[in-house]
Amino acid sequence: MAQKRVLMKGNEVIAEAAIRAGCRNYFGYPITPQTEVMHYMAKKMVQIGGNFVQAESELAAINMVYGCAAAGFRVMTSSSSPGISLKQEGISYIAGAELPAVVVNIVRGGPGLGGILPAQGDYFQATKGGGHGDYRNIVIAPASVQELYELTVEAFNLADKYRNLVMIMGDGTLGQMMEPVAFRDEEPIAAVEKPWAACGRCKTADGSVRPHNTVTSIYIDPDTLEAKNRELQEKYKIIEENEPRWDEVNVEDAEVIITAFSTCSRISRNVIRQAAEMGIKVGMVRPITLWPFPSKAIAKVAEQSSVKAFLDVELNAGQMIEDVRLAVNGTKPVYFHGRMGGNLPTQKEILDKIVRIHNGEKVEGGIV
Amino acid sequence: MIDFSVILAGFGGQGILSAGKMAAEAALYEGKEVSWFPSYGPEMRGGTANCSVVISDEPIGSPVVNDADVVICLNQPSMEKFEKQLKPGGLLIIDSSLIKIQPTRDDIKFVAMNASDIASELGAMTYAPISMIGCMAEATGCIKRESFEKSLYEILPERRHHMIPNNLAAWDKGAEFAV
Repeated sequence: MAQKRVLMKGNEVIAEAAIRAGCRNYFGYPITPQTEVMHYMAKKMVQIGGNFVQAESELAAINMVYGCAAAGFRVMTSSSSPGISLKQEGISYIAGAELPAVVVNIVRGGPGLGGILPAQGDYFQATKGGGHGDYRNIVIAPASVQELYELTVEAFNLADKYRNLVMIMGDGTLGQMMEPVAFRDEEPIAAVEKPWAACGRCKTADGSVRPHNTVTSIYIDPDTLEAKNRELQEKYKIIEENEPRWDEVNVEDAEVIITAFSTCSRISRNVIRQAAEMGIKVGMVRPITLWPFPSKAIAKVAEQSSVKAFLDVELNAGQMIEDVRLAVNGTKPVYFHGRMGGNLPTQKEILDKIVRIHNGEKVEGGIV
Repeated sequence: MIDFSVILAGFGGQGILSAGKMAAEAALYEGKEVSWFPSYGPEMRGGTANCSVVISDEPIGSPVVNDADVVICLNQPSMEKFEKQLKPGGLLIIDSSLIKIQPTRDDIKFVAMNASDIASELGAMTYAPISMIGCMAEATGCIKRESFEKSLYEILPERRHHMIPNNLAAWDKGAEFAV
């Protein structure tokens, strides 16, 4: 049963969703534009008997996450771009040790300290590695406050299911905006046994005492490490098979397809409506998981004879466009529109490009 | 009503963000879709503050407003900046207690009301943007006074309920300026 809709800030909803998903452990360090996640956790964890630590740094926070996840508990940290860069060592270790954890990145403009306004410049970092070694994070990109809630709950389930780090990737707009959210009375929490957890000599369900477990990411012997890597790759293959999620808007008969995630998909929805009023059929494929990327869905849309071209819209210099182009595989042109530094594209900017593409003009994929 | 949008702008501390949130709550009370998006730069009391509110019967596309139906300004720099972001035929409402300039556009509707004086008489400056929302609601029908009142009783803790009559008084004073 869904409860009555309440108006809440995106960042607060992430924290509330985590608590509803059974997360009783939060470690973080403040940074705009995600600090409200911490504020909410600081207030609530005390009330519900959970653990909240404002760590001395992002590095400390991510390693507290490592320890907590290793002990078998649901755990989350959150930050924004520069802070997420600092966490990358820990994220790689979590991947190596196959620990379930949720990391939230409310992206701001970079590189460096950059600015505090919305951006999507961390797409490569989130989906292609970020830390060292051959690993993958599941990366989820919600596009509304309601989705922030539902997908944060889902993030904890996916993390446990695959013993994998799940990153929620939003941006300053999504974190700071308020929208109505309807919470469920009860969350669909998948109970997962964690026989691998390093919880000392804890008792199992049948009353026997478990031997000590070791959680590690170090494998000095090359054959053992290679075998470990093969295991990881097998797992990633299964995730790629089972977990891509996406949303399609007006794809049928569309002449131009927008690809956009999160905030850019919101702006693009208005563009689709405006274009329809001008008699131009525009559709959109919105990746919800950035990894695994919904390549098959995009490839299928590219096969439609109605589709003349793609327009990829991002808050960066063109990052997801590489995955879109790989999926489209040269069958249709893929153009780009991006803004950076915390600026958002206007509907007019996107619409102008769509009109030009629709007229058959050659549109360079440059930056505005 | 599809994607009715308003930008509220002024100084930090004038109650701009709260007033925008109260308008959004009233629309939510009516079962509408709403979004509220604040400027979140390094703002502080005396700095600039603004927020965009979108109200719609359908799921809202963008929470980011570039061409608003209504712009409410409580200081001169905001008026200079946001007058440009009004749709042709849109409504510009300014606090004439604080802004002494005239709009540069002639393709918009314009209301100058002494919102800060109204607020001052009611005992708190934060009633100024509320009175301007009253004016907007009366002029456009974007939210009903009744839903504003009922939503206040829902969202405010009881210890703040004594402020509701003054909020309604501010709304009513503002509504008198509607064109």
